[in-house]
Amino acid sequence: METARPMSMLVRPPEAAAPAAVAGEAVRSTLAPAPKLVVEHLAAGFGRATVLRDVDLAVPERSILAVIGPSGCGKSTFLRCLNRMHELVPGAWARGKLLLDGDDLNAGDVDPVLLRRRVGMVFQRPNPFPTMSIRDNVAAGLRLNGIAGNHGEIVERCLRQAALWDEVKDRLGASALSLSGGQQQRLCIARALAVEPEVLLMDEPASALDPIATAKVEDLLHELKARYTIVIVTHNMQQAARVSDQTAFFYMGDLIEVGPTDRIFTAPRKQRTEDYVTGKFG
Amino acid sequence: MGGSAILVAGIVVLKLSQVAAPALEKLGLVSYLLGSDWDPVSGSFGALPFVYGTLVTSAVAIALALPVSVGLALFLSEMGPKRLRPVVGFAIETLAAIPSVVYGLWGLFVLVPLLRGTVEPLLGRFLGFLPLFRGPPLGLGFLAAGIILAVMILPTIASVTIEVLKTVPPPLKEGALALGATRWEAIRLAVLPYGRPGIIGAALLGLARALGETMAVTMVIGNSPEIHASLFAPGYTLPAVIANEFAEATSELHTGALAGLALVLFGITLLLSAAARILVRAVARGPAGARA
Repeated sequence: METARPMSMLVRPPEAAAPAAVAGEAVRSTLAPAPKLVVEHLAAGFGRATVLRDVDLAVPERSILAVIGPSGCGKSTFLRCLNRMHELVPGAWARGKLLLDGDDLNAGDVDPVLLRRRVGMVFQRPNPFPTMSIRDNVAAGLRLNGIAGNHGEIVERCLRQAALWDEVKDRLGASALSLSGGQQQRLCIARALAVEPEVLLMDEPASALDPIATAKVEDLLHELKARYTIVIVTHNMQQAARVSDQTAFFYMGDLIEVGPTDRIFTAPRKQRTEDYVTGKFG
Repeated sequence: MGGSAILVAGIVVLKLSQVAAPALEKLGLVSYLLGSDWDPVSGSFGALPFVYGTLVTSAVAIALALPVSVGLALFLSEMGPKRLRPVVGFAIETLAAIPSVVYGLWGLFVLVPLLRGTVEPLLGRFLGFLPLFRGPPLGLGFLAAGIILAVMILPTIASVTIEVLKTVPPPLKEGALALGATRWEAIRLAVLPYGRPGIIGAALLGLARALGETMAVTMVIGNSPEIHASLFAPGYTLPAVIANEFAEATSELHTGALAGLALVLFGITLLLSAAARILVRAVARGPAGARA
């Protein structure tokens, strides 16, 4: 899919993201990359149960943060807090700050619907709209945003970015269900990309896929990193090590450790992290 | 099980055909089916007014009941406040438990005066340019029967639709919400398209009940075998005429003509369920080329 990149760069140059990102650009030249997404004192739970306590972390722009930890550690809840899908569950609550380019998106007056247009999400199981064609699935978000007209160009660009174009270009009118599981997942990635989010959340996007499809999605992550800030939850530590720049390790609702992926896997500072990444428990 | 059901249906059809055959032979099949005059005294029997009345009242019923039922089902399963849901759910179940003769009485004492005094004059004034809403506001007629039927089939359609909506996978709705859909947009984008075949099935189930309903319709439709474009006019339906006239039908011709009407009703419901199957399959298939 090398052909896809120069074209997509043309359509949406990285500088055009947002005013705050331009300010970040200046900082980047001298210091570390500016953080795109900052989480401060985030806590979340359901009813009286707390599943996430006092999480602080920052995700630099155009990098991949992998979130790892044993089942029930709060990593999915953490991800769902980032686009406020968590609060859709009856009884769910979340506190703390969620800064995207400095805007607090967890503030009471922010419409979560608008937030979700800036922070896209790809789910564990592919969930294309079953009654729609491949083309309409990609264009669904554009229609929601009231972008009328012929979406052909955007559909093609997003399918190219999702490394799916060559496989489906001759049957864009076919049902999304006619695709294989791995293709459906890449279709869902294309669908998320169509609304041009700034951050892309992925909840174990490859866990329902076979190894070949998984490899394709991982390759895709490397390409998407050039343009998006990505947070990926994964069960698979090899996957975290392969794709991410930073890794955060959660355990029992606490963020135990976050740092560059190399260091987390080779020289973790906390005993629990070491036990987990070396496979002593999990 | 399936075999015995077909056997019973076959026996019913056979018996009805035996009763109807001499009359239909004498009247001629075409003039019987397409004749619009029904006068047992002078011996003329045409089935068309009853077929017309049955189809019109059922169409009115489904047009009124379907949007309300789907709205109620969405309210109960997606949107409404949690505490209100059991109350509305109970109210719908209660509607299903009311005997149809009670609906008929309610229609006579409440609905018909309301239609005659208020609703039909208003409809006539504002929508009178349509042939549907012209003529004197009699109260008894197609509109009254259609409304009663709508209330009667509403619980069926709503409860089946609720079950259908429960089968919509939550990840599908979340997918829409994650794209920045509002709650209503997620329903339009993910929930309703997924549930469409089931909702159509629910509507046809309600329609089948409306076609066969006898008692309540007989009490409010006016029982006169006429064909009018206006919904305000009185009419007659297939089940209503069979119930009203069968006990008093003395001549073989009259009895046979009524048995023929029963066969016609059976044929309509049969056609309907065949159409339902085709429709549901076509809708479930979705865009061209889908394998699922």
